[in-house]
Amino acid sequence: MTTAIRVEGLGKQYRIGGNVESYRTLRDTIVDAATWPARLLKGELNSRAETFWALKDVSFTLDQGQVLGVIGRNGAGKSTLLKILSRVTEPTTGLAEIHGRVGSLLEVGTGFHPELSGRENIFLNGAVLGMRRQEIESKFDEIVDFAGVEKFIDTPVKRYSSGMYLRLAFSVAAHLEPEILVVDEVLAVGDAEFQRKCLGKMSDVANAGRTVLFVSHNMSAILRLTERAIVLDQGQVAYSAPTQQAVDYYMASGFSQSGERTWNADEVPASAAPFVPLALRVRDPRGEVSDSLLAREPIDVEVEYRLDQDVTALRVGIYLMTLRGEVVFTSFDTDEPKLYDQYGSRKAGSYISRTQIPADLLNEGQYVLGINASAFRVKSYFTDERALSFTIDAMGAAGMHWGEVRQGPIRPQLDWAIQQVQG
Amino acid sequence: MNASPKAEAQTVVIQPRSGLAALNLRDLWNFRELIYFLTWRDIKVRYKQTLLGAGWAILQPVLQMLVFNLLFGDLAGLSSGGIPRPIFTYAALLPWNLFSTGINDAGRSLVTNRNMITKIYFPRLIVPLSAVLSGLVDFAIAFLLLGGMMVYYGIAPAAGAALLPLYLLLALVTAIGVGLWLSALNVHYRDIRYLIPFLTQFWMLASPLAYEASEVFTRLPEAWQWLYALNPLVGVVEGFRAALLGTEVYSASFIWVSVASALLILLTGVFYFRSMERTFADTV
Repeated sequence: MTTAIRVEGLGKQYRIGGNVESYRTLRDTIVDAATWPARLLKGELNSRAETFWALKDVSFTLDQGQVLGVIGRNGAGKSTLLKILSRVTEPTTGLAEIHGRVGSLLEVGTGFHPELSGRENIFLNGAVLGMRRQEIESKFDEIVDFAGVEKFIDTPVKRYSSGMYLRLAFSVAAHLEPEILVVDEVLAVGDAEFQRKCLGKMSDVANAGRTVLFVSHNMSAILRLTERAIVLDQGQVAYSAPTQQAVDYYMASGFSQSGERTWNADEVPASAAPFVPLALRVRDPRGEVSDSLLAREPIDVEVEYRLDQDVTALRVGIYLMTLRGEVVFTSFDTDEPKLYDQYGSRKAGSYISRTQIPADLLNEGQYVLGINASAFRVKSYFTDERALSFTIDAMGAAGMHWGEVRQGPIRPQLDWAIQQVQG
Repeated sequence: MNASPKAEAQTVVIQPRSGLAALNLRDLWNFRELIYFLTWRDIKVRYKQTLLGAGWAILQPVLQMLVFNLLFGDLAGLSSGGIPRPIFTYAALLPWNLFSTGINDAGRSLVTNRNMITKIYFPRLIVPLSAVLSGLVDFAIAFLLLGGMMVYYGIAPAAGAALLPLYLLLALVTAIGVGLWLSALNVHYRDIRYLIPFLTQFWMLASPLAYEASEVFTRLPEAWQWLYALNPLVGVVEGFRAALLGTEVYSASFIWVSVASALLILLTGVFYFRSMERTFADTV
């Protein structure tokens, strides 16, 4: 098998704004003055700006026809890696060797112009992505068909709904036929139906023996489409393994393992104000905070937070997810109409919202709990989709007398009746 | 990225560059269709949702011409060398507008196309290049009126009319060279956006649009006359008037000074642009 991408010691340093005022000698000043014209031309007048490594010493190889997943938290360096590989930006250190033409889907709709019609934008966007005019012409009908915008093809795209816009944009990009495809987060677009179509298109590409580098937050898509994955953490490769293992590693890493998650002031974005998350806990029926709980017992969940100002229409809730990132359920503290009326507006102060996950609901395995505080259709104050994880032990749960692993995220105790029917 | 039959694996090595950048004209050639499409986009979008549409391409130079005539002809009483003043000015405004619109659009082009530059790879030179080239359509439209004026004033194209495309090329080369400098600088220093209007104004006064180039040449000591021709627009405007209206250029050798100056601007512009290119996506 031949190598498609070889990356060795790749690093990228960014300069972050703001001069660090420091003690300066006359010599510094003279040197600065003397080199001023050169630095002016190089755009380095803020030379004392701080730097940080977005990517550091990343190495891996990717064989032709392989599909590699790249996972990591926001800011882990995934996008920087893809930007370097698609030649948008240059690395600071290291090298990458790419055999074959690269097509990148870093963001769909690049180069779309709102004043131009759908038809014109297909040609423009195609050319931007590196397609030849003949190639675009031969695929034109297919692209329009896939996007489902036949009727509006001669309408300026500024009159498109955002869904139509994204569908058309993805459709153009999806009809690229490079030898190496670099994809970032495109699956986050459109409605569920279109996302299914996109995933289908992606697996077509992967199955056609093309080399794909795929970045996504959607773990089930990563699991479905890729064979191998690397986990990036703070710009470095933290783990590299077959996808299944890498996903498990990623999902289990970095969580609080104590059954409690607390937030420090610097972990909460400024945009969350006036909502201040303080803690998220899970307790067993004896009131103990614990990360290992029994399936046959109810689980108490509490969200502790503070409001620095009165907030109207606030709802505070939890997401429960499997380790794979599939959401099991979402629930909010004002789901109950009575509570919704009572807490239409919450005064400033400290609160705890409590609920209980009923007994005999969850299956054995690891779960991830996230929290969300928002005002429906107004503002999302704070979201942490992976605030803490806990393990469910199936001891004593339904059907445990068969020592098999049950499929599915839930394992409810259902009431069965058995009736012998006379034949 | 096209599925061409010769699927020979082309290998790209990505690593930090330093020093003077190579021109990489082959890359530019591979992306030639993008030059066409971006130019076409700029042309299409230029007069969208305007009442007069492409009429602006004629109206702008005509209004400029009227103002110039009033100021420099009727009030200041400058000579137009025996040529009817309207056509004397208009013939100079054509290449001037191509140049000034070109450097304005090119100067801002990298910043306005930021979303493309930070998302995908293509030779960045294409962006300011197509910004300048899209001005050619306006030029062609405005040129039609010039033809009409020549008929009206009974001026037949001079023998040197065959040279007109070369003078047009000189204007383009200058606009591209200056545009490359400005666009690359604008990525780091948005001051350029505020500088461009002044630069254009000074440059306009320093070019023989409303007066004859000889007015300046003859006022300079003979040994220093070539300095004025360092402004490539001097060569361009003199050339346009000579080719279309049959005037005499002050000195043919000064045209060559303008050509050399334009080429120097272009070359330094290309190299500066290429060496700054690597940081565009991070800075823009």
